[in-house]
Formats: sequence, C-alpha cells, structure tokens
Amino acid sequence: MTADMGTLTPVLTDNWADDRAWTLAAYEARGGYQALDKAFGMDPAAVIEEVKESGLRGRGGAGFPTGMKWGFIPQDNPKPKYLVVNADESEPGTCKDIPLMMASPHTLVEGVIISSYAIRANTAFIYIRGEVLHVVRRVQRAVQEAYLAGHLGKDIHGSGFDLDVVVHAGAGAYICGEETALLEGLEGRRGQPRLRPPFPAVAGLYSSPTVINNVESIASVPSIIEHGHAWFASMGTEKSKGYGIFSLSGHVQRPGQYEAPLGITLRTLIDLAGGIREGHELKFWTPGGSSTPILTAEHLDVPLDFEGVGAAGSMLGTRALQIFDDTTCVVRAVLRWTEFYKHESCGKCTPCREGTWWLVQVLAGLEKGEGAESDLDLLLDQCDNIMGRSFCALADGAVSPISSSIKYFRDEYVAHLTHGGCPFDHAASTVFAPAGATA
Amino acid sequence: MTTTPEKTGVDLVTVTIDGIQISVPKDTLVIRAAEQVGVQIPRFCDHPLLEPVGACRQCLVDIPDAGNGRGFPKPQASCTLPVAEGMVVNTQATSPVADKAQQGIMEFLLINHPLDCPVCDKGGECPLQNQAMSNGRGETRFEGVKRTYPKPINISAQVLLDRERCVLCARCTRFSEQVAGDPFIALIERGALQQVGIYENEPFESYFSGNTIQICPVGALTSADYRFRARPFDLVSSPSVAEHDACGSAIRVDHRRGKVVRRLAANDPEVNEEWITDKDRFAFHYATQPERLTYPQVRDEDGTLRPASWPEAFAVAARGLRAAGASAVLTGGRVTAEDAYAYSKFARVALGTNDIDFRARPLSAEETSFLAAEVVLTNPVTYADLETAKTVVLAGLEPEDEAGMIFLRLRKASKSARPGGGTRVVSIAPYTSRGLAKMSGHLVRTAPGAEAAAIEGLVEHAEFGLDSTAVILVGERLATVPGALSAAAGLARRTGARLAWVPRRAGDRGAIETGCLPNLLPGGRPVVDAAARVDAATAWGVDNLPETAGRDADAIVAALVSGELGGLVIGGVDPDDTSDPAATRAAIEAASFVVALELRETEVTRAADVVFPVAPVIDKAGMFVTWEGRPRTFEAILSSPSSLPDLRILAGIAEELAQLGQGRPLGFRTVAEAQREMSDIGPWDGARASLEGVETGRPPSSSTEGTFALATWKQLVDNGSLQVGDKAYLATGRAPVARLSRAVYDALGATVTLTGDRGSVTIAAEPADLDDDVVWVPANSFGNGVLADLASPGSRVTVKGAEA
Repeated sequence: MTADMGTLTPVLTDNWADDRAWTLAAYEARGGYQALDKAFGMDPAAVIEEVKESGLRGRGGAGFPTGMKWGFIPQDNPKPKYLVVNADESEPGTCKDIPLMMASPHTLVEGVIISSYAIRANTAFIYIRGEVLHVVRRVQRAVQEAYLAGHLGKDIHGSGFDLDVVVHAGAGAYICGEETALLEGLEGRRGQPRLRPPFPAVAGLYSSPTVINNVESIASVPSIIEHGHAWFASMGTEKSKGYGIFSLSGHVQRPGQYEAPLGITLRTLIDLAGGIREGHELKFWTPGGSSTPILTAEHLDVPLDFEGVGAAGSMLGTRALQIFDDTTCVVRAVLRWTEFYKHESCGKCTPCREGTWWLVQVLAGLEKGEGAESDLDLLLDQCDNIMGRSFCALADGAVSPISSSIKYFRDEYVAHLTHGGCPFDHAASTVFAPAGATA
Repeated sequence: MTTTPEKTGVDLVTVTIDGIQISVPKDTLVIRAAEQVGVQIPRFCDHPLLEPVGACRQCLVDIPDAGNGRGFPKPQASCTLPVAEGMVVNTQATSPVADKAQQGIMEFLLINHPLDCPVCDKGGECPLQNQAMSNGRGETRFEGVKRTYPKPINISAQVLLDRERCVLCARCTRFSEQVAGDPFIALIERGALQQVGIYENEPFESYFSGNTIQICPVGALTSADYRFRARPFDLVSSPSVAEHDACGSAIRVDHRRGKVVRRLAANDPEVNEEWITDKDRFAFHYATQPERLTYPQVRDEDGTLRPASWPEAFAVAARGLRAAGASAVLTGGRVTAEDAYAYSKFARVALGTNDIDFRARPLSAEETSFLAAEVVLTNPVTYADLETAKTVVLAGLEPEDEAGMIFLRLRKASKSARPGGGTRVVSIAPYTSRGLAKMSGHLVRTAPGAEAAAIEGLVEHAEFGLDSTAVILVGERLATVPGALSAAAGLARRTGARLAWVPRRAGDRGAIETGCLPNLLPGGRPVVDAAARVDAATAWGVDNLPETAGRDADAIVAALVSGELGGLVIGGVDPDDTSDPAATRAAIEAASFVVALELRETEVTRAADVVFPVAPVIDKAGMFVTWEGRPRTFEAILSSPSSLPDLRILAGIAEELAQLGQGRPLGFRTVAEAQREMSDIGPWDGARASLEGVETGRPPSSSTEGTFALATWKQLVDNGSLQVGDKAYLATGRAPVARLSRAVYDALGATVTLTGDRGSVTIAAEPADLDDDVVWVPANSFGNGVLADLASPGSRVTVKGAEA
C-alpha cells in the first residue's frame, strides 16, 4: 500500500485501523481533544474566520462554504443558537459518515464542540439515520464518554463554555437528509421540507438560529484548528480545498473509503481500489450518489472537485462513487433508483409525488421491453416537468439518473424494446457471478 | 370602505406582471398581485386566509428579474413569493416556460385522480376540473395504474373523505390547525400514498369542520348531508344571512325544486371572512320538519284546534284579544328586525301596552336599563376592531359556543404576527374552556355570581389592567348577575375601553332597535321620555302612547298567572328557555286568550287559542342586526303560500282589532312597507335613557356546605329547536359532560349526579380548572335543559358520585 501514500491524505480516516479506534482512550492517545483547547484559546469569531480561511465547503453534497454558513448566524438574536449535525446518510451509494461515526465517533464529537463554540451554541444535536442502530449506539457511547471525561457539559476544560449534545435517531425517511425536513423531524413532526425563507440560520430549530452541517464537514473542523487553515487549503484545488472521503462501491476490486484531496480523478481512485472487476470494463458511474447525473468512461480523468464534476455535467455531491461495469443494465439500475425515489418522496409537492409514481411505471415498462421509443421522449418531458418544479431538491435528484442515462445510453433503452426485454444477464453483474461471466 | 388595518398607510412596491406595471402593498404575494392585473394563476393549495405552503406547485411563474437584475433560473411558485421592487413576472399568459410548467403540474395532478367527475359532487364547480380545462392538456399521456382506495371514509360523522380524489393541497388540515384551532386531521403516510387522516383517540370534533369541505379544491371532502343530493349546475344560489347567532354571517343558500339542499359560507371580509359555523352550514332542516305548521288554526267549541282560513283566524284572534282585556307580547329572539318592529308597533297601537319583551331567557331589570342606556343605537365595536384591540375582555360570553365568528376573529387576532404581539384575550369565566385555550387566552377564574366583582377588579388589575385600546364584550348571560352589566359599563367609562353587548340570537339586537322592550319604543326612543313618545306617536299617527314602562318577560309571566293580564301574543318562545319554565307554562295556561305565531307545532301552539304559521327566514325578506349593530339584510329565497311573515299576521290582527274599535291598523302589510316606515321613523336623536345602575351584588356565599354553584351556557351544537333534522351534524357535537375541579372529580368519579331545586341529572364528569365549589354543565344538551330539569344558573346544586 506504500504506493498509495503519495495520493491519499488520511486525516479523518487516519485512526480507523487503530485498536478499538472508537474509544475515547484510543482517540486521546493520538492527541484527540487537543484541538479543543486550541479553539478555546481563540475568540469564537476567530474560529469562524479560521474555517472560512481554510476554504472548507460543505461535505454533504451542496458544497456551501462552511465558515460562511456559520457567519450567517445573527449573534444579536436573543434566542439560543443550535448546531445540528446531519448524520442522516441515506443517499444510495453514499457511505462515508456512517463508517466515520463507527470508526471514530470522537472526531465528530470534538468537531461538534469546536463548531458549537464558534457559533455560540450551547446545545447541539446529532441526527443519525435511524436504521443504523449500531451507529446510533456508538455515537451515544462516545457522547457519554465525552461527558464523563469533561469534554461535554458545564464549563468544558475550564473554558466557561457549556455544551450539551443530543443524539437523535431518525425514523426512516430519506427526505430527512434535507435540512429543513430534518429540523421538522427533530421537532417531532412529519419529515417534510419547510418553506424558505426564513432560512435555518435565522429561524431553524425551534425557530432559533441554527447551523446544519454534514458529519464530515464538522469532523474536519478539529484538524483545521489543529493544523491551521493554510495546511488545509494546501490540499485540493483552487476552489475546492482540502481532503474528502471518496467512497467507492460496486464493480471494483477493493471497495471502500479512500480519503484524498479534492481534485483526484476516478482513474487514480480505481487504481487505488485495485481496478475494475477482473475481465470487465467501466461502463458508467455516479460521482456523488444516485442523485447526481451519471458519467461514463470518458470522464475518468475529470478532476473530482465541485467545479470539475460540474463542468462535466454532473455534481460532486457526496463523492459516492458507484462503479458499474459492462455487465450492468443501465435501464435496470435507473429503475431501481427511481423506485427508491418514489418510495422516499415525502408527498408534499405534486411533481415529486406524482412524477416519481409515473416515472417508475414508464421505466418498468421499458425494462420489460414494453412501450415504444416515443416513451423515451415522454420520460425526458416528464423529467423536464419535474426538474426545478418541486418544493425541494429531492425530485431534481430523482430525475438525474434518468435524463443522464438516456443521454449516454439511449441505444440501450431502445435495445430493450427491440429485444423484447432486457438483453442482459442479470446474474452477471452480481458479486457472486462466476468469474469471467460475460455481458 | 373596509377598515381592515392592513390597508392603511402601507408601503407600495411596483412590479411588472405580463408587461403591465402595478403597485401593490409590500409583502403581497405574486399570485395575488397578478390578480390585480387580471391574470388568474391556477392554484390549489393557495388560500388567501391560510399561510402559504407552496405544496401543489400549480402556480409556477417565470421570474426573469427578481428585482435585483437577476432572474430565477427555474419557475417559481407564485403563492409563496412576495413581490419585490422592480420584479418582472411572466405568467402563463405571456411565458411559454410558465405555461409548460403549469401544464406539467396539472398532468401530474391528474394521473392519480380518478376523473370520476360525472359522479362527483364537485363536478361543475370544481377548481381541479376548471383549471384542468384552462391550464391542462386535453388528453392524458398516462397509461399506467392509478392509486386507489376503498371509498369513502368518515373523517367525522359529517365529513366524508374520498382519498383517491384528493390532490393533497392540505387546505383542510391547514384550516383546521390555523383557523379553527382543531388540528384533528393531518396528512399521514408519504409519497403518492399520502392522505388526510384522523387520530382515532381524538375525533374530528370541530364546530367549523364544514369549512374544510367548502375550501377543498376537489371532490375529496363531502358532507354526509349533501353527498349525492344534487349537481351544482342544477342549483339556484342565493345570498342570505345566517339566522343561528348574532354574528350575521353571510351565507349562500343553494336550493333546487323548492328545497334547500345545502348552505355555504359567503365571502364577507368585514364579518365572517369566508367561514361559518357548522350550525350555520348544516342546521337548516328545521324548516322542513313534519311538524311544520302550514295553516292557521283556531280553538273550536269542543276545545280542539281546527284549521281556519286566514281571515277567520285574524278575526278570532282580534275578538279574543279584545275580550281578554290587558294583553302582553312575547316575541322570542329569532324575529327579523321588520317582524320585531311589527310586534313593537302592534303592542303599542293595537294593544295599547308597553308589556313587550323579546327575551325568552333569564333576564333582569338591570339588563333592561342597560340595553336602553348602553346598547340601543350604538355600534362601538366591529369585527375588525377585535383584530386591532390590544386586549379583549370576555364576560359571560363563550364565543366558540355562542358567537362562532367572534371566536374565529379573536383567535386570528390572538395569533397575529403584528408588531407588539396579537390581541390578548381575557375571559371572566368559571374555567379555561377549549375555546379560550385555543385563543391562548387568560382566565380570570370567576364563580357564577361573582362576575361583577371580577369586572371591577380589572380596573386596577396588575396583569390585565385595561386602557382605551381594550374592548369589553359582555354576553347576555350577565343579565342575571346583579351589578355585572353596571360594572362593565363602569369599567368602560373609567378605562376608556369600548363596550359591546353580545346576545346569542340573531333577532335580539334588532328587537332592541325596534323597541321590543318594555322601556323602549322603536329607534331607541325611551318610553319614559315624553318627547320620544310624542315623536313615535306622531310618526304612527296616534294620539298618544302608553306612558309608563311596561312589564318585562318575567313580570308578564307573573301578571298572567295572577290574572292582571288576560291576553298573550307569543312568538317563538320555548318555555324551557325562560328563567322559570314552570311559571311560563303556568302563565300560558292561565292566560284567558293566547295567540301563538310559530313555525312548528310546539307545546305553546298546542295550548294556544289561535295559531298562526309564520314563514321561516328562507321564505321572507328581512334584516338581522349583528352584535356590532351592523344591519344585515336579505331577500326571500323560497316562497310558500302556507305561512306568512309575523308582520303580515300582526297587521291582519291589528286591522281586525281596529274594526272592533280597538287601536289602529299597523299601516303596513309587507316587509318592504315595514322597512319604509322604519326608515321614516328613524333613530331617536334625543337624550338616551340613563343606566339605572345596580350596586355590585355580594358574591353568593359559599356557606351552604357541600353544594356547588351552577355554571352553564349553551353549546353550539345542542338540542336547540333549530338544529333538529340533521343526524350527522348533531353527531359532531360535543358530548355533554359536567365539569368539576380536579379534586372534586377525583373524589366523585367519572359519573356524577347533580341535583337542584328543579330536578336531578346523572351525567359523565370531566376535570377542569374550576373552583372546588363550582360545577359546569351545558345548558341544553340533556333532557329539557338545565332551566327545566336542574336549577337556574348561579344557584346551588348538590353533586354526588353516581356509582356511590
């Protein structure tokens, strides 16, 4: 693995292989919770400034500058301020926050404390996807350890700063990864997105100023404070600075989390992962989970930063790189994703609720070889009527795989019609497929 | 000429919509600004009286310039977007992008809609149907499987839901939560299976539930009462005014082939906005009950009532009254102002008496004086004033039960986001009612009988001190608390706060204005004022009018029993509503001659000597006067030859009496003639009667160990005689319970027996924040009502655990 060391930049993942890395003892043995004291030695505004300077952009997908978001909190508002960590990782393909919280929950907890200190919040919430009970338990335990060690509670480290952390388990809705729906859920209501404005920075949780950040964004904060903004900004590209966890899944030899500077290419990452499955070639991939338009082998050298992927017609998103080789039927993959969005549509707005209901039916017909080529135009028109018309961005994500797959693989859709069904051997794309299976 | 506060002195913002420049108040939503230039953007979830939600996305428009030189890259929902200076909006009228966006949404809305318009109640008046025509494609491209549900399900006994028709706009749930404060329906499930649901342990018991049906933009919500009864295009719609309370709600009455099939709220921003109570909406079957009187009757020689012609009945009534000697008039509280005027004039010029009273309920001499001094001819408070008042004090008034539109307006005011916070509601009442809690109101806990002292206590009250920005609303129930109305008048005078009296019945205020009181002539002319008497006598062309104030209803009852009075002309009076039902019955029995004017056969008509069938509100034109003093006129909607307005009957009797040499004819026979005469005589511009104040009575002593002071009022949905005939409506009423303090409830258990001097009742109990020696029961929700079956309000009763 030495060859990888020049490319990878393990910071968040650095301690994952340690013995019982998730315990407080293991974390502190590597110098954990020391960035905290450094932060307490700074003015909260200086902490915000440090994060601004580092160029850290939100790691939850949208890439909004984290320090700027913190700066939006009106400090003259007499209401309490809240930090909410979005740990509702549910995007198909995305697998970075959950392993991070499993392997090193204290990295997150320390980040929560520093971030809360910066925005002057005395209560923070970690909203964890409810289905991952093992992660909920692990973070709960870490928070408990932190309380017992004096990292949480009253007068932390003698700084005079108080912080309580609440670990909240979601109730099973993809939409609650949308920040305002998450707030609704946290307040005990149905998870449906809220009308903005007011934005959460002004009136978020309990109508109070609220910062909502992704797990990875918050977990990156201790290292920025520890090593300084210049260290962080020295990595990555001009407008997408720092490192990030790239989670590779699908048809690669060694799927997993690869932490590297933003701007790395998929070609490099696939090399690191031992290449595509033996005897096969890359067919298509998602740069940031199923909500980002798919890309193909021609995009192997696109720099994986916000600008580079955007220029290629997709989005960096959560760096959830799902790799599909030539055994995969793109129609079938897109249908599965669309079924997911139909199942997860909250129902609040018409285009998402009704649109996904309809898209699934058209796609299911195409996959079975039913319908006509004009159905592709119908699909594209439906996508046009959904994209940008819905209340939140979920529906935009739902149509991304459809419109992008028709763009790159229109012939394959048509082949389903001429073939009278799917021309692929579905077993060939599975992990248990016999080696050397052909498409 | 609205006085709505939002419309004065606001900043204007200039926007360009479809190329037309227009200035609208700041914060106006684009969808409403577009209406100003004559463009109707299609919409479903949007409703001007509900918070914006942006759920249906039907109202998408293109914004090439948001006012900052930059446009929105995607179409925007115009129902959630406020205008900005310099904003450019292109709607479906000028923008292909907006038009395609709207057509796309419409197509989505219809894929899961059953398109069962031919059998749907909404078909023909359906916003989905209409807008699918105006903003949708003619043919669907959807060939798949629609979502289906078993149909329909009951949201309440009255409200039915066909889930597959629902477009999930959330108007109904938002109305229930935001306006009525009854969040018992909510959206449940998700995606296309999202649906309106109820919580089984909290039934959808709302006095305003019918409004959800009316604002439903599709046929998803229907009423058990109207479902499958008619098609909208077969109905004749007429504007009218609700007759069930003193709020004067504007309604629309739909009838077909001579029969009313439904009633809807009309839009009157100054009165009821777009809402009405379920009582106003569903309680109209009283006029078509089998016991409706359809011909005059006279008592035959054998003692039975027999049908008679109108002329004969007039003649018999006149002869009987002449023979009976001194006679009195009880009108009841449901007459139109024109009918009340006729009763008032009939008493004075035909019977030569001031013995007339509209009050068929507990009353007092203090109240009689208060009405003449403080209420008649005044209109100090309007609905809009409730929204701007800093504090509104309620005394002897439970708006949710007794004046629904005051409740909705006050709730809106209390939730207002205006600077300085919403209206603070302070209630002088025995406990925190559900209505008060929904207004986030403050309770000044007051035992029955102690209201006068509580009102006086507000002058210097540390927390609820009043000033001239306050409004005091007193209910008719205060009449029986000595000194309470005087204290309210005193409070208003000392603080500068405005005072309004809120009766329960639609005709009450009009009856005061027209002189159906022993101390008032029409137009607020005090009987004891010689100049006022001369003024009225001149207008009526009579030499003189009786000079002394007459008897009130209680005194009339007493005088009939004692024989001082012989004849009685009685309108819509139920003895069980009066302060002493037994005495009222005895008076009717004792009267030597009774003329009854009624809608339906009652115990009064059965005891009467002549019975006249009167026309229900639907059959006659007229006017109600609201609690504010606002006249509300309406036209006749149906016509039935089998009954006549009260005023025509009284005119007939008066003419016969004049033939016999007693009094003068009324001089009018029709509503229009009465209206002309009323406007000719006009209001009194001389001195008002002064309030003969009553000292605040000593609060009733609680020395009677182990007894409870009886608090009571009528619930909105109860056994009232105008509410018969709609089972589904009655089933939505609140179950009658006795309310007791927590300690007493714990001691006595969940069922209690109350015993008073008129009877005993066993009823379920519920704890509430009452004093330990106070019990509350609904006034007309069991048996013949509290007055007949238990005791009079404020008196002491015993309460025992029923299981014990």
